[in-house]
Amino acid sequence: MYRYDEFDARLVRERAEQFRGQVARRLSGELTEDEFKPLRLMNGLYLQLHSYMLRIAIPYGTLSAPQLRKLAFIGRNYDRGYGHFTTRQNLQLHWVKLPDVPDVLLELAQVEMHCMQTSGNNVRNLTADPFAGAAAGEIEDPRILCEIVRQWSTLHPEFSFLPRKFKICVIASEHDRAALLIHDIAIHAVKNEAGEIGYRVYVGGGLGRTPYLALEAGSFVPKRDILAFLEAVMRVYNEAGRRDNIWKARVKILVHQIGIEEMRRRIAKEFAEIKTSGTLELPPEEVERIAAYFAPSDFATLPEECPEFEAAKQGNREFAAWVKTNVHPHKMPGYAIATISLKPIGQTPGDCSSDQMDGLAAIMDAFGQAEIRVTHEQNLVLPHMRTSELFALWQKLVPLDLATANHGLITDIIACPGLDYCDLANARSIPIAQEIAKRFADPERQHDLGELKIKISGCINACGHHHVGHIGILGVDRKGLENYQILLGGSGAEDASLGQILGPGFDREGIVDAVENVIGTYKTLRRDGERFLDTYRRVGAQPFKEQLYAH
Amino acid sequence: MLIRNGRLAGDEFTAVTDGEALPEGAAIVSLKRFLVERETLLARKQPLGVRLETGESPEALSPDFGRLALVVLHVPHFKDGRAFSSARLLRTRLGYRGEIRLTGHFLIDQIAFFTRVGVDAFAFQRNIPLAEIQSALTEISYFYQPSVDGRVTIRDLRLRAPDHAASPS
Amino acid sequence: MPQILTANRLVLGEVVYWNADRGWVTRLDDAQLLSDAEAEAALKGAAEWVQKREVVAPYLFDARLQNGIPVPSAVREAIRAAGPTVRPDLGKQAG
Repeated sequence: MYRYDEFDARLVRERAEQFRGQVARRLSGELTEDEFKPLRLMNGLYLQLHSYMLRIAIPYGTLSAPQLRKLAFIGRNYDRGYGHFTTRQNLQLHWVKLPDVPDVLLELAQVEMHCMQTSGNNVRNLTADPFAGAAAGEIEDPRILCEIVRQWSTLHPEFSFLPRKFKICVIASEHDRAALLIHDIAIHAVKNEAGEIGYRVYVGGGLGRTPYLALEAGSFVPKRDILAFLEAVMRVYNEAGRRDNIWKARVKILVHQIGIEEMRRRIAKEFAEIKTSGTLELPPEEVERIAAYFAPSDFATLPEECPEFEAAKQGNREFAAWVKTNVHPHKMPGYAIATISLKPIGQTPGDCSSDQMDGLAAIMDAFGQAEIRVTHEQNLVLPHMRTSELFALWQKLVPLDLATANHGLITDIIACPGLDYCDLANARSIPIAQEIAKRFADPERQHDLGELKIKISGCINACGHHHVGHIGILGVDRKGLENYQILLGGSGAEDASLGQILGPGFDREGIVDAVENVIGTYKTLRRDGERFLDTYRRVGAQPFKEQLYAH
Repeated sequence: MLIRNGRLAGDEFTAVTDGEALPEGAAIVSLKRFLVERETLLARKQPLGVRLETGESPEALSPDFGRLALVVLHVPHFKDGRAFSSARLLRTRLGYRGEIRLTGHFLIDQIAFFTRVGVDAFAFQRNIPLAEIQSALTEISYFYQPSVDGRVTIRDLRLRAPDHAASPS
Repeated sequence: MPQILTANRLVLGEVVYWNADRGWVTRLDDAQLLSDAEAEAALKGAAEWVQKREVVAPYLFDARLQNGIPVPSAVREAIRAAGPTVRPDLGKQAG
């Protein structure tokens, strides 16, 4: 993974000191709250429902064991002993105090971490496929481009006060494990006929009040030109994006207002100008330098078959069940990708205690794992486990309550913090997730239902990605009381689609029954091998509506 | 309080509204007035400045850049980041070499960014200690990405001294 | 409908409520229910506390008295007064 050199380290330290100065100026009154707010947001500091919340950047969701230990330490000493992994692969701490934040930033700097641009109207944390470098079929490690773009976009002088936030995602395989097309800029590494690697660039994705999937803006942008292309998109957006209404300020609105053809034309014009100056040309040596950080660690030559692993499965049903859901094939024989579920039944999705983080860091050391990944579905991944060590891993995960065998199943729910924590929320999301999980907890029932992605947002800002859930749930405020709308048919995978609202909403008491009703309809109508999403796409909303609103 | 190139500066210019008579010496007029009275204004042997409101493109000043001493970018609210792109545009494709001055409601925390995109003067609405201004300009020693100011970037430093940088282990 | 004035402490971020006799209090139970006129005045007065850097983001919310205890109309304020409903060990509710 990327390691800071002296320049990265200095920048992060200086930014932390700069923030210390900004906090001091706020506390002394030199800065009003109106002036301080955008500055603190640029460093990921929110004022939430109960307390300040700090969002820590985890670039493309990759963490080392020392970093994980430091997050545990910070959680224990500056917060309430836990953190929350988000749908943007970041970590949130919900109980920080303003004067402590500069110290937290220095702690983070010690392990090459920071909070820059995790909020504010700038380029946010870049996200990527959590299986990068491990799954088969990858054209290149998407995190190479992520790191290049991260540096280019950090404290960018022209793009730090955009009309609104800007989110970029990179994938490099046919499988989309990062919800690519819901980003402002979506980058898909592809090969042309000559076998050269370049980037298909999409613009204008985003959820919220008006959800859109991104549209193609460049079918093949050569590597040398990718930064120039991105800068062209950003400039068009910075100049023309709306600034009069925060609900109409994302680039997706601009794209749909002027049309993708006009957008492409404007980007091309800007791109041509940037190209002639040559300043942003990305030299192959620079790409190679960054790529070297993501070169695969030496894999041992291992046999495909692993008798001890097979025996362990035979001998332990629970382990076998965990393997079935949480282990994914690795590109190298004898290796496996292990998903660590942060969705124990009845717990808060995505939460991880400091003890669990320390436990995981110890596990990483025990198995020589240099990296752990955060997924946008709020789980963790150990990408390079030896198959022979999976049983030992699972045995260590069990006492940490990190061995829930539910990856991709109905109880693997994505939920934003919602009204329990968030100042923007209209309704609670976590208790809904917990109740659904409890109701469907029976493992047999879960396996019978198969792949079923439920995503819950506590407000229209859609941090729970409800628009791309097979079943999406949106919490709204109805006269001061919580109300929930159901959407069906969304997907954040390579078959991307936006969910459709089924009908009138349900109150707190009724929503879980409604979800159960919807699942009942699926079971009645499904054909062999159909996932929920497949059945919905085949039969449409009508049968679900009929059953749900029959009375 | 006018800061130019990081130092306290005197202001030789007088800003006039659209209806006001022009002063004896250097004047700043709105874009609207400039477009209407262009011939007269350019004929004066006095330094001329044009003020752009946010949303008014610097392109409107073509082809007269060589004859302007000053372009004023007015920022109505610090969250409006269009002035960054305007300044950059002035310095690059439009090739403007005169002074770019920022007025309006901007934060001292933004002046490093503005300097990097080619703004060389700041009209602060209140007096700010020079030490604070210097600090704001130098707090971050090196930035990653190239910018108009041609300042040495982290990329330049890495190319110069590749051994300094850590290598992947 | 009576109202309560609330804000967050600048330094700690903690939720506080206004009581003219006691200043900013941490428990909703100790908040003062305000008539329309009182509410308007209190909100104006809050601006001074913001100036003094004691609190940020003051606003009013509807509440009524039930068995002598202020009860907010909106679920949001009930949660804000107590803490996350999913973590009874955190927030004001934990004592």
